[in-house]
Amino acid sequence: MSLLGDALSHAVLPGVALGFLWNMNKDPWTLFAGAVLAGLFGTWVVGLLTRRTVLKEDGALALVLSGFYGLGVVLLGVIYLIPGARAAGLQNYMFGQAAALSHQDVWLMAVVASLILVVLALFYKELLLNGFDSNYARSLGIPAAILEKLIWLLLAFAVVSALQSVGVVLVSAMLIAPAAAAYLLTKRFHIMLLLAALIGMFTAWSGSLISYVGSSLPTGPFMVMCAGLVFVVALFAAPQDGIISRWRMARNRQLDSRRENLLRAIYLLWEHYGEGTENFSVDDLERRSSLKVPQLRRQLRAFARSRLIDWPSEDQQTFSLTAAGWREARLIVRKHRLWETYLQQAARFPDDHVHADAEIMEHFLDETELQRLERRLGYPKVDPHGRSIPEVHPNLS
Amino acid sequence: MNSEVFIEVFRDPWLLEWRSSLLLVSMGWLVAIACGWLGVMLLLRRIAMMGDTLSHSLLPGLVIAFLITGSRATWVMWIGALVAAGVTIVLIELIQRYSRIKADAAMGVVFSFMFALGVILITLFSRQIDLDADCVLYGELLYLMVEPGVHWMGVTLPPAAWLRMVVIAALVIVFILSLYKELLASAFDNDWAGSAGLPNRFTHHTLMAILSLTIVSAFEAVGAILVVAMLVFPGATALLHCRRLPLVLAATSFHSLVISLAGFHLSIWLNVSMAAAMATVAMLWMISIWSGQKIKSKKKDNLTCAT
Repeated sequence: MSLLGDALSHAVLPGVALGFLWNMNKDPWTLFAGAVLAGLFGTWVVGLLTRRTVLKEDGALALVLSGFYGLGVVLLGVIYLIPGARAAGLQNYMFGQAAALSHQDVWLMAVVASLILVVLALFYKELLLNGFDSNYARSLGIPAAILEKLIWLLLAFAVVSALQSVGVVLVSAMLIAPAAAAYLLTKRFHIMLLLAALIGMFTAWSGSLISYVGSSLPTGPFMVMCAGLVFVVALFAAPQDGIISRWRMARNRQLDSRRENLLRAIYLLWEHYGEGTENFSVDDLERRSSLKVPQLRRQLRAFARSRLIDWPSEDQQTFSLTAAGWREARLIVRKHRLWETYLQQAARFPDDHVHADAEIMEHFLDETELQRLERRLGYPKVDPHGRSIPEVHPNLS
Repeated sequence: MNSEVFIEVFRDPWLLEWRSSLLLVSMGWLVAIACGWLGVMLLLRRIAMMGDTLSHSLLPGLVIAFLITGSRATWVMWIGALVAAGVTIVLIELIQRYSRIKADAAMGVVFSFMFALGVILITLFSRQIDLDADCVLYGELLYLMVEPGVHWMGVTLPPAAWLRMVVIAALVIVFILSLYKELLASAFDNDWAGSAGLPNRFTHHTLMAILSLTIVSAFEAVGAILVVAMLVFPGATALLHCRRLPLVLAATSFHSLVISLAGFHLSIWLNVSMAAAMATVAMLWMISIWSGQKIKSKKKDNLTCAT
């Protein structure tokens, strides 16, 4: 329902016109009341259209947004033609005049903001539950329908009080962007609320700073730009879900896989040479590994650094595995072959279909899973291809 | 009702010179048909708010295209609109792919950002630009009456804006008819359409490209916000009472005609913007179709209960 705010902020226009017609002047309170009522009515119509017709939420929102707005423009057009009506500037109600902000507007905003805070504090648990699963909330006896109406009312209050100062596009932006950024940054509801408020404050501050420094620059659009930038930063740098941290996780997984694949290739080379071999030729490994030569050499250097292999100098054509290296290599081969055995025995895979899956799973099996797998299969000695499954003794390391 | 009021309300709006009336009504119909046919597709794909999103996001594209070329020629505006639409769609798709943000929130963030960028550009370069936000926001069909006609091979044709809209309406109709199967299949079951080998992405992106061209051509006629009304109302009204897509499209064309005729009437009678009048009439027309349907189905219910 993110775009409800957008629809609502356009739908208030006929309410503004009717509020003016009530007593033919621009009394802020009647305009406010008219706008809030029109907004609530529009929200109700959105619900009605979604429930009672084939139209979905998006269509209902677009209909209310544009239909109400058109009606508002017509009503304003008629008002301007009434002789003696001092209606000049009424159409600016929706486009914000930050320069013309009065003390009264600021007070109104403060009242609305505290009202929202109080309601959030009072119904925190209920709102949280309702947001996640309204059916479950209803089954617990939480009056979900009333809560929803309360949210609508608060939304209408917030939208209308913000409209006059910042304008219609900015209202939808400020409703969505800080919240979306906070949503990316954390998964905990109370932190999300706090972050959204902080981001909102930051964008307001930086937007007004820019428009103050550069002369005659509009405040609202710069606030939107700042909010957009914060959103982009959150999109990239969010600790868990950000693009950067996800990229790093994928990269680490790739490096781990590469490392383990090379160890397995060394073990397979050992099986190829025949048991009892101590020294492995780098050239042979290059021929049998899928890695490119520079990558392979870099990986071997890393092994030498972490004492998995003995490779005194890079000019030397052979290297040998250390005790720790042997253990790691046997472990990864054991995982691979145990998984192949499991697929063949428990999941009834044909022998020639088990390798590809084991190629992936070998990188994800941890200690506990490995132990359960061994027990389940009865500590097998050979894999489906008839090769022996190496044992890994804990005391070797 | 006394006869003077009757004459003033119902006859006088039609006493304009017939050519102007015909021009305005047909322009309204062209806009409503082009938007309406596209709107049916948007509604079926559940992306009706894409109209609102694009109509705001195109602004920086238009401004930048104008700043680069210094002209407001049709092709310049079309290229600017296409580029801006492309950027918008790509941004929305990227946000959706790389985060947990849902499509509607992504649309909200992107369109407000793009619109703000457009407004800032206009303010920064206000000396070079005679393109003000008001003209994009409101639009006015009645300007068509003062715009000179196009002279071509010795014949006086209707004004350029009208001809442009004819091209756009033809483009929309040809597009929908030629990609009929693809649009229908992917609207109802995108995954199935993909697995059946239909080019889903191509269909979607072409739809968005034509939508942005339509929006930018409808701008000067109806404005950024009321173009959304033209997009959704005819189609939504048709979807209320039709089930089959050919019928829906035919009904959309009919509703568009009703909207433009009655919208013209209302705008002349009340002396208000024709676009806003068309949107208001569209809403009233939809309400009457809907309630007519309710009454009919209630009667049917009563009959079934009685037997």
